[in-house]
This record gives sequence, C-alpha cells and structure tokens, in this order.
Amino acid sequence: MQEKEIILRVEGLSKQYRLGVIGTGTISHDLNRWWHKIRGKEDPYLRIGERNKRSSVGKSNYVWAIKNVSFDVRRGEVLGIIGKNGAGKSTLLKILSKVTMPTKGIIKSKGRIASLLEVGTGFHPELTGKENIFLNGAILGMTKAEIKSKFEEIVEFAGVQRYVDTPVKRYSSGMKVRLAFAVAAHLEPEILVVDEVLAVGDAEFQKKAIGKMQDIAKGEGRTVLFVSHDMDAIQKLTQRTVVLADGEVLFDGDTDKAIQEYLNQGLDTKPYHEWESLETAPGNDFGRLKSAAIRDKNGELCNRFSVRDDIFVEVTYWDLNTEYNNTAIIHVVNERGQRLFASNEFNAPDWLEFHDKKEKGIVTATCTIPRHFLAEGQFSLLVAVGNYNPEIIHAVEDNLLSFEIFDDTTGDGVRGPYAGKWPGIVRPMLSWKIKKQPLDSK
Amino acid sequence: MDKSQKNNTWLFEISSKSNLLDFKFKEIWQYRDLLLLFVRRDVVTLYKQTVLGPLWYLIQPLLTSVIFTLVFNGIADINTGNVNAFLFNLAGITIWNYFAECLKATSDTFKKNENIFGKVYFPRVIMPLSITVSNLLKFGIQILIFIAFYIFFAFRGDAGTVSIYLVLLPLIVLIMGLLGLGLGMIISSMVTKYRDLTFLVQFGIQLMMYVSAVMYPIAIVKDKLPSYVSWIVEYNPLARVIESFRFMVFQEGEFSLQYIFITLGISVIIFLFGLIIFNKTERNFIDTV
Repeated sequence: MQEKEIILRVEGLSKQYRLGVIGTGTISHDLNRWWHKIRGKEDPYLRIGERNKRSSVGKSNYVWAIKNVSFDVRRGEVLGIIGKNGAGKSTLLKILSKVTMPTKGIIKSKGRIASLLEVGTGFHPELTGKENIFLNGAILGMTKAEIKSKFEEIVEFAGVQRYVDTPVKRYSSGMKVRLAFAVAAHLEPEILVVDEVLAVGDAEFQKKAIGKMQDIAKGEGRTVLFVSHDMDAIQKLTQRTVVLADGEVLFDGDTDKAIQEYLNQGLDTKPYHEWESLETAPGNDFGRLKSAAIRDKNGELCNRFSVRDDIFVEVTYWDLNTEYNNTAIIHVVNERGQRLFASNEFNAPDWLEFHDKKEKGIVTATCTIPRHFLAEGQFSLLVAVGNYNPEIIHAVEDNLLSFEIFDDTTGDGVRGPYAGKWPGIVRPMLSWKIKKQPLDSK
Repeated sequence: MDKSQKNNTWLFEISSKSNLLDFKFKEIWQYRDLLLLFVRRDVVTLYKQTVLGPLWYLIQPLLTSVIFTLVFNGIADINTGNVNAFLFNLAGITIWNYFAECLKATSDTFKKNENIFGKVYFPRVIMPLSITVSNLLKFGIQILIFIAFYIFFAFRGDAGTVSIYLVLLPLIVLIMGLLGLGLGMIISSMVTKYRDLTFLVQFGIQLMMYVSAVMYPIAIVKDKLPSYVSWIVEYNPLARVIESFRFMVFQEGEFSLQYIFITLGISVIIFLFGLIIFNKTERNFIDTV
C-alpha cells in the first residue's frame, strides 16, 4: 500500500485546566503569572499540574486534561479516537476544532478542519429551514456560493423537502438533527472531526449517516477523525485508532488491537484491605473482620481478570464465637448497583469441622468465582461475617473491594472474535449441540 | 519517507503562541458571508417576539427627549441657542443611542454565545461586528424620526441651518460604531473572567451619557464648571462627536475638522486595542466562562 502524505500532525499537545471555583485567588494567580511573564520566565503554574485522574483527589488545583499527545494522520485516513470518560477526547477535539487553544504543543495541518462536535449549533428557531441551512453552513465555514450549489442535495439527504420554508421551531427534534447532520456532512473540508453524532436519529438515519461517513472517507478521499464510545461504529469505519487514557496516548495502531487495549484498561480498583488491630476492626465479641483480598490463580493480589480467569476472594476474620457457627459472607455488585449474588462460607463441605468445636481463632475462607460466569465490567464486593440460627451479622463492609473483568477478542471466549457490545449481566459459556441435515434428505 | 512529506508547507498551525498584532482581517474577510447572514438573522428576527415591533425604536428616543427637555431645559434652564430644545436633545440622543446600543449588545458577546462558541470555530469577532452592523438599522429608523422632526421645526424656524459638513455624517457614525464596538470587545473579554463587570456596564453607560454632552452644549460646561471638572466633557471624544453632529445639522456649538480626525484616530486605536484583547480572549475563554 502506498503511504499517503501526512495531512495533520499533532505534536506534544498539552492542555492544562484549573479546577475549582473561580473567585478570589484567580486575580492573584493572574498577577503572579503576568509578573513572571514580563520578567521572561515560565508560567509558574505550568510546572505543577497532575495527571488527570478523575476519581482520585489530587494535591494541586491544576490538572492536565491532555498531556503530550502526538500522532500523525494521513490523507484519506479515518482515524478512530476512543477513551473512557475524562480521558481527554473532548479536549483534544476542542483544540482540533480551534474552540480552545492548547497550553503547550502544536497542531500542524495541511487542510481545513471542520468539526461535527454537536450538530445543530446555531440553528435559530424563528428562521426557516432554508435560512438555517445557509446560516449553519456559514457558521461551519462554507461560503454562500458553496451552500447554494449543495442546497438541493442537503435538503434531499435530510428528507425535509416539504418543510424547507417552515420555521425550524415547528420541526420535530429528529428533523432538526437530520437537517443539521445533512448540512455538516456536505461540508467540504479536507479534515472532518466527528463526535458521537451517530447517537442521534432513528435506525434508518443512523445507517444513512454511517454510509455517508464511509463515502466521505473512502469515496471522496477526505480525512476523518472519528470519536465515539460505540466500538461497533469505530470498527466499521476505521482501520487505525488512538486510545487515550488519563490525557495520554495509551495506544496508537490497528483498530482491533486498540479496542482490545481500551477494554483492557485498568480501572481504579482495590483488591486488598486489612484492619490494623483487633480493636479497630469492625465487628463485635463474636467475630471481627481482619482482612479481605482478591487473588488470581497464583495467589497474587489482582484486580483485573479476563472472563476466562477464576477469581479467588479471600476473607480473613477473627472467629471469637463460642456459641454459634460463624460464616464469611460475600455479595457481588455490578457497576449499575445490581446485587448479582451472595455466597457463604457454610457452603464449604468441611465448614462444620472448623466451627463446631467453638474454638477461637483466625479463619481464612476463600471463595472461587468461576471463569465464564461474570460479564465484563467493574464489580464491588460486600464482605461480612455473621451467623445464622439465630441470624446475627457481626460485621458488614459494603463496597470494600472492587475488581474488573474484561473480555478481549482473542477468540476463545464467549464473544468469540466479535468486539462490539455483548448483552447480558452474566456471560456463561454454555454448551451447544448442533445437528444439520442435508437439504435433499426427507 | 515519500516525497510529499519533504514539502513541509502546512496550511496552518494551532499552538499556544500567537502574534499579538495579528488582526486576522484576512480570515474575517473569508467569513464575510457569515457576517451578512448574522445581520440578516438579527434583522429578520428582530420584531418576531414583540407586540409593538419597530415602534419601540420610536418611543424610546422620543420619550427620553421629552423628559430631558422638561428637566434640563425646563427646570435647569440650559440654553440651546436658536434650536428648539426638544430637537436639540433628540439629535444628541439619536447619535448617543447608536453608541450605547453597540456597546451594550457587544459587551456580553462571549457570555451570550458561549454555547455556539464552545462548539464551532469561526472568527469570534464576526459576532460583535454583525451586531454593530445590524444596529445600523435601528439607527436608520431613529435618524428618520429625527429628520421628520427636523423638517417640522425647520418650518417653524427654530432648527438652525444645515452645515456643509453634514457630508461627514458617515464619519460620525463610523466613529460611534468603532467606539461602541471597541469598548464592547474590551468589556466582553474581561467579563469572561470577572462577571462583576456586567453590573458595571449598564451603570457605566448611564454615567457616561451625562458627561458626553448629550443634553447640553459643550460651551455651557466650560462656562459653568471649573476647568478641573470640565475637562471630562471637553476631552471626551463622545462629547466631541455629538457636538459635531449638532453643528452639522444646526450650525450651533463648536466644530473643527481637527477634532473629528482626532476622535477618529482615538476610536480606531480603541477598536484595534479591543480587537487585540478580543482575539487573545477568544483563544481560551471557553475554559473560564
């Protein structure tokens, strides 16, 4: 394949944001900054700033929304950009579409960039469809003559021929979106930036939109940067994808691998917790929790598992119960807060042997969550210790530990090589029996 | 590496550095269609939600003139020479209004258009520019009213005489527009960070009107006030412009070509200064607004 010329180059792009409330303090920072600037020194606040981790509280008020991002795009290429919420996708797009400027770094381009960040910006409800097509086109950077030459095409693509002279406020929301997408899709920039537009409109229109995007990229040889959470669309439209994580480029390359990398990303999970002493541990005179851990098959602490791995949950507690039989309890809760199941130590066949003698001691109970059972996602664990008959819970710690399960597309999992969305809150590997009869047999 | 890559001519670059004196006039020219469409939008949608519609542009200056005449000429007894006091005030208010409307409407450009500016790029300055242009329409309506009253009072003989310098009227409008736009851009840039300024604008415009010779001739100020106060009016370009306009239509008050060109110079400087600040703000305002 012949390599085409580089049309867009992003070099060391960084953007710093100031968190918190703007108020007093801003003026003093501004003055300080200005004072450094006139003395020819570097901005004092650029040196601080942390990696942008949403969930952990940082020390400084300045964070890097994106840091040191570099990549090249060749003419006619459709580049996918994926990343979790807060990974820096929107910031990158905002800089690309010149809505805001980078703090450091540079973007060099050989073509006009137009963005489809959110379609329909600038529609005026009182103006007719026709007037809005012209206004919107001009906002997106077209000249009046360009719009005029494409007017029929736009109206036809949007399917609003009947309403061209009706004020847009009488349009249904779907019609508005279609009209807006139609205007944007008929732009003729060399580089088109698209962000999640496909999430709107009905199924038929989405199909039309994806088709149009493919035409734009393949037929007309234009360059497209496509940002989405929809792995399906990414896979359909792109060959190469950049994965962003915490504002940095995690992976840049083949889309299939990128999607895998994206799905494999570690989350902020916690596989271990231990209480320092018997006195501070939660519980009562019957039992107190000592520690809890999530381990892999080698006994190592682990917070990320493939759907093909067994997960070992280990609960350690001070068994102080001389009246009843204690049991460790775990609940597994998914990221939507659904309590998937509960399991008890007393399911162990030899449970009575350890508890019947009513001797004090430290119990370590390990539960195996089998492979091919939980779907991908993030899970949290409730850990408790108690006894039944009578039912007394001695200690309960909700959301104590968490872990993550990913499902990659190496082919031997439930999803096979399919990388798109997979439905269901469990992912069991079930057995199938197949029969096939030749057509001519009666 | 292929050949085309050696040919390192980038069309444009986006970086944190910018040339302070780059006014982007070329880019503004490229977007001229957008400017016209914005003006058209403003004009078409202007009366859409009002009951009295364009009548508002008659009522406001007329009522203000009546009140000014009662207060400043009736009670305070300010002498307007050969010219009818009402017509004198109407002249001042007509010109003043164009400036005030431009300033008011442009001073919240960033805040008002936060939504659209946050999504699409076009030279932001198109927005205040289009406001200044579409305000010309209102100004046109108001100047027509003024002309109607002028003719009425001319028949009664208390409207003075038109000066040959009336041909410079476009210059007067240009100066007012540039001043309103320039100050508006400066204020709108500062409002993005310090919201307090919004409160100041309304109040500031009102105060400024009183020191801009809208309802009195400059000569009276020099006459009645000590020089350490009267300079506020005397060296106020707005006062000079309004006084010049009155000379053009009434041949009353002070006038010199020198003043006109000095104020034109000042307004161009303020406009360019506003443009620099505005262009600097547009780069990052979306992060602070």
